[in-house]
Amino acid sequence: MGDLIVLGISCIFVNNILLAQYLGNCPFMGTSKKMETAVGMAFAVVFVLVMAGLITWVVNTYVLVKYGLGFLRTIAFILVIASLVQFVEMFLKKSIPALYAGLGIFLPLITTNCAVMGVCLINVNEEYTFIETAVSSLTYAIGFGLALILFAGVREKILLGRVPKPLQDTSIGLVTAGLISLAFFAFKGMV
Amino acid sequence: MLEAILFMLGLGVSCGSVLSIASKVFYVYEDPRIAEVESYLAGANCGGCGYAGCSAAAVAVVKGEAPPNVCIVAGADAAANIAAVMGVEVGTAEPLTSRNTCRGGDRADDKFYYMGINSCRALSAFYEGKRICSIGCLGLGDCIRACAFDALKMSDQGYPVVDEEKCVGCGACLKVCPKNILEIKTMSERLLKLNEADDALAPCQQTCPAEIDIPKYIRQIRDGNYEGAVNTIRERNPLLLSCGRVCPHPCENYCRRGIEDEPVSINQLKRFVADYEMNSGKRLPISCAPDTGKKVAVIGGGPAGLSCAYFLRRVGHAVTIFDDNPKLGGMIRYGIPEYRLPKKVLEWEIDGILKTGIVAKTNFKLGVDFTIGSLISSGFDAVFLGIGAWKDYTLRVEGENLEGCYTGINFLTRFAKWQQGDSDDEMPIGNRCVVIGGGNTAIDCVRTLIRLGAQEVNLVYRRTRAEMPANEVEIVAAEHEGVKFTFLAAPTKVVGDENGHCKQLEYLKMELGEPDASGRRRPVPIEGSETLLDCDMLITAIGQGPEISFKENDTERIKNLGITRWNTIDQVNPITLQTNIPYIFTAGDSATGASLVVEAIGGGRRAARSIHQYLSGEEVKAPEKALFKKHIKESIFESVPGIVQEKRAEMPELPVQERITCFDETDLVLEEKEALRESMRCLQCCRLCYNKDDKAA
Ligand SMILES: Cc1cc2nc3c(=O)[nH]c(=O)nc-3n(C[C@H](O)[C@H](O)[C@H](O)COP(=O)(O)OP(=O)(O)OC[C@H]3O[C@@H](n4cnc5c(N)ncnc54)[C@H](O)[C@@H]3O)c2cc1C
Ligand code: SF4
Repeated sequence: MGDLIVLGISCIFVNNILLAQYLGNCPFMGTSKKMETAVGMAFAVVFVLVMAGLITWVVNTYVLVKYGLGFLRTIAFILVIASLVQFVEMFLKKSIPALYAGLGIFLPLITTNCAVMGVCLINVNEEYTFIETAVSSLTYAIGFGLALILFAGVREKILLGRVPKPLQDTSIGLVTAGLISLAFFAFKGMV
Repeated sequence: MLEAILFMLGLGVSCGSVLSIASKVFYVYEDPRIAEVESYLAGANCGGCGYAGCSAAAVAVVKGEAPPNVCIVAGADAAANIAAVMGVEVGTAEPLTSRNTCRGGDRADDKFYYMGINSCRALSAFYEGKRICSIGCLGLGDCIRACAFDALKMSDQGYPVVDEEKCVGCGACLKVCPKNILEIKTMSERLLKLNEADDALAPCQQTCPAEIDIPKYIRQIRDGNYEGAVNTIRERNPLLLSCGRVCPHPCENYCRRGIEDEPVSINQLKRFVADYEMNSGKRLPISCAPDTGKKVAVIGGGPAGLSCAYFLRRVGHAVTIFDDNPKLGGMIRYGIPEYRLPKKVLEWEIDGILKTGIVAKTNFKLGVDFTIGSLISSGFDAVFLGIGAWKDYTLRVEGENLEGCYTGINFLTRFAKWQQGDSDDEMPIGNRCVVIGGGNTAIDCVRTLIRLGAQEVNLVYRRTRAEMPANEVEIVAAEHEGVKFTFLAAPTKVVGDENGHCKQLEYLKMELGEPDASGRRRPVPIEGSETLLDCDMLITAIGQGPEISFKENDTERIKNLGITRWNTIDQVNPITLQTNIPYIFTAGDSATGASLVVEAIGGGRRAARSIHQYLSGEEVKAPEKALFKKHIKESIFESVPGIVQEKRAEMPELPVQERITCFDETDLVLEEKEALRESMRCLQCCRLCYNKDDKAA
């Protein structure tokens, strides 16, 4: 149990997928302009990442490893994740329309998100168990959401400031992301 | 190798089949038009339209919640295609544009000095910001940074200016502005906007019963943009040629310049641009919102009816005007004489209003040729009553029905009809004429009589000159033209000769006593001071009220229409002008009693606003903070520093000798040079800000 908590904390803070691993930069920049969007995106990622982490673990353990097809991992995962997201979208639309309306446009947006793909590959490379995979996927997603929402808050404030022309928008965004990332390095000693 | 190929095939097939089965199982019926509409949207998922992405926007369009032109990126072609999919007109909803309402900018004084804050939102969080004005622009440009379309820029004067070409009405600027300086409105919303207590309004604009943006049109004149000035006036007043001639300009009484100097000649500037348009030989286009499919009947084609019809038409309703007289215009055609408002000018003005697509049915009298009940049963959705005040009050003295005695409105309309060829009922004019009354009608009677060649014209009034309700300029003009005035005289009897023709007027001399409720000193008769005045024609022009007998021939429902004790049509609320019958609205003289042209025009617009609310299924109500004739306290000054006195533009007039022999227009229009000089006298006021004169040290 203790191990799982440590794993969780390290996934959220120490190895934060956005700020320490620098994966998922496009949604990080693209959906962080408005708090509202950032929150929507964060929830969509939590949802998809947990599902994707588990299903890819199953595919990996029971098919790829078993038949020695490890070299097909990347392409197999892409296919599986994409289909999964499509499936989930259809499922939600029919069965839980309220949730569908909330996550709406974000679901298809993360179909090919490298953060999702990255976490699935990390899970496999680290040879996590099924439970560990579940915890790591969930906490990576929480870390993603945390960083995204923090960053959106900062960017909304940046709007109020006078930013020199060459630094406006994405440039100042990247610089800010760098600074937040430095701050996250302080967590390094935690685990 | 074989395993790898088999695996990939297997994975592909299973993913494919799972998805296809899922799409069957989880199939949700979706209007096929959604996909079609979405294909025409820009696909940018920018959210600029206010919906969460393009598919959400497409859903809203199909549900009818968003107009075909919802996409702010895709442009007009896309809107046309979407409209075709939906089978509607392209612009069922009008485009929105943003406007900045504050012109204070750097003119505004600062209350506090803040260091280092460079965002309006941050600034306003500290004691509402640095400006003295509670509503004014802070000038740090949050709106400019928020605009994704580059449609806003900071002007040299320190307030934002909207580039209407680029603005898509997304509302981003409005959301960030902490001071509500920016407003996003459609043309209809702008046309029907009423002055509110939180608005940036100059004292003159607060006073104008039609709520015209006076500083704006004067600024446009100053910039040589005469067409812009005409359009600005037309947003509030469709009768600018007429008002420019006959309006007693209550706005000028509140002109801030007038506190230290002579007020700006606001109305003459209006006339100047109005005449400019007429003489330019072309009409400026007047745009109307897309048709709404609702029909409104406007009864009475006077200023109130014309104004109401014009605004209703512009917001997209189908309007028919019904009028009892052979031509439209009401009192400004049949009451106000030719020498003040030439019929040619009026004709041009009314034509322009009708050209927006209003149908006029003349020689059609309510209560005789049709009833309100019959209008409703023939498919009109609402009715506007603007039938004016056409019933002369009488003196109630002995002998006032003798031959040679007339009443004011009756005399003026009969004469006007004869003069413009509507009838061949020529009236005999006396040599020694007496007109009783002190209002506009009395003055118009005496000045008309002078022009008709009466040898002596005497105006008899109960009080003194200072109390005469007629326009001051008119009284002066009548004096110049040789009218005699008998003040403090109360008629008691008309004496006739043996043929039953009036011969003399007997009156009692009066003196001024204690002030009455209205603050005017009440005249009291002097005992035994009966005096006789010779006359062979007598006109009583002591006021008039609405003729409401039409009710009697109407349905039971209409018979219950509320009437006040002054015989005017009662309103639930003087701002909404709705009557006790929800689909009937009223304004102008029939609602207020005899009043002014601008008052009728303002009322017509307010009624149009309420009718529009009524037809859109909204609750008919006045804005919570409607200013409605009140003034914003902080904007009314005691003194105005920084003014250098400069004479106001003198109105050019026809010389007296020339004008008393004909009906040519007496008052002339300003020369362009003089108009420009006059426009420079305007201080461009807002609530608190104004421009000090350059010459003031
Ligand atoms: C002699 C005179 C001089 C004036 N001078 C000035 C001035 O200098 N400045 C100023 O601001 N104001 C002036 N006024 C006041 C101004 O003219 C009125 O306030 C204004 O015209 C009112 O407009 P209205 O639309 O309410 O009514 P009206 O202009 O009276 O219009 C009413 C219309 O309803 C029609 N109508 C009436 N009954 C019926 C019916 N039963 N069926 C169908 N149609 C009907 C009439 O034919 C008329 O066209 C003057 C008024 C008079 C009489
Ligand atoms: S100076 Fe100009 S803006 Fe100010 S009250 Fe007079 S006319 Fe209106």
